[in-house]
Amino acid sequence: MGGVIPIPKAFLDITGDVCPLTFVKTKLRLEELAPGDVLEVRLQGPEPLQNVPRSAKEEGHRVLAVKHEGACYHLFIQKGEQS
Amino acid sequence: MFTEDQVERYARNILLPGVGGAGQERLARSRVLVIGAGGLGSPAAYYLAAAGVGTIGIVDDDAVEISNLQRQILHATRDIGRPKAVSAGEKLKSLNPDCDVVTHHLRLTADNIAGITAAYQVIVDGTDNFPSRRLINEVCVRQGKPLVHGGVLQFVGQALTILPGRGPCLACIFPEPPGSLPTCAQAGILGAVAGVIGAIQANEALKLLLGLGELLVGRLLSFDALRMRFAEVAVSRDPDCPVCGKPG
Repeated sequence: MGGVIPIPKAFLDITGDVCPLTFVKTKLRLEELAPGDVLEVRLQGPEPLQNVPRSAKEEGHRVLAVKHEGACYHLFIQKGEQS
Repeated sequence: MFTEDQVERYARNILLPGVGGAGQERLARSRVLVIGAGGLGSPAAYYLAAAGVGTIGIVDDDAVEISNLQRQILHATRDIGRPKAVSAGEKLKSLNPDCDVVTHHLRLTADNIAGITAAYQVIVDGTDNFPSRRLINEVCVRQGKPLVHGGVLQFVGQALTILPGRGPCLACIFPEPPGSLPTCAQAGILGAVAGVIGAIQANEALKLLLGLGELLVGRLLSFDALRMRFAEVAVSRDPDCPVCGKPG
């Protein structure tokens, strides 16, 4: 990770959701974007922090950065080519 | 776009590789006809409704009898005497109000079948007799419509998916009615066997609608509950098949 993060095309807040809806909503939002676009996801707690980036990678996306902000994390996911 | 409730309802579908939101929307626009609201049609239709298939047609001209309840899981004791199509429709709608259920309380005949099947993308055959299966197979071949066949008896069952022109039709494999009809003593069926085969039919219909996986085309899947084994028999098109063979 590191380097310049492209400006996110979309923002999603999943701080109020639990597994599996955390990734369901992330997946649905990514589907609406074009390959290469970046989605910023705001999340809270160890479960989504562990699972959402892992699931995103498994589905062919790139996790560009995870930023800590107060009690939350901001995840920057770049949509992959074939998903 | 999905509502919050729909995102939650279909979360486990949307998570699946190859389904996602696009696949779920495809299911919502899909139309499946389930013929027979009995032992096979009950589980098949129930899973299709649960999955979010947008329109499900149910054909059945029978009324619910107490002897049906051992395997026909869409019906309840209070439904005895009511039309099966109506009873089934209520359960599907209650399971998933997103699903548009069309009830056809009638017997399919050579005169009315084409008009009914024409309105659907995939046909699930849950009937239990050779003349009905032959009629359904013929109309599906004529209309080029995918057909998911299922059959059960005693402790065994079988399933096959028919893609007209791309694999064998039912008449390629079973050109003639079975030599002898089951006697009353042979007509037992373990309800859960119908559940297995009906669920397989639902799986095939969903794969067809989603364009996923390998279908049971050209391979007849059989299930033996006593030995708890599945077996597969390769079956091929009969070029002289009276139903799907090339004319001349």
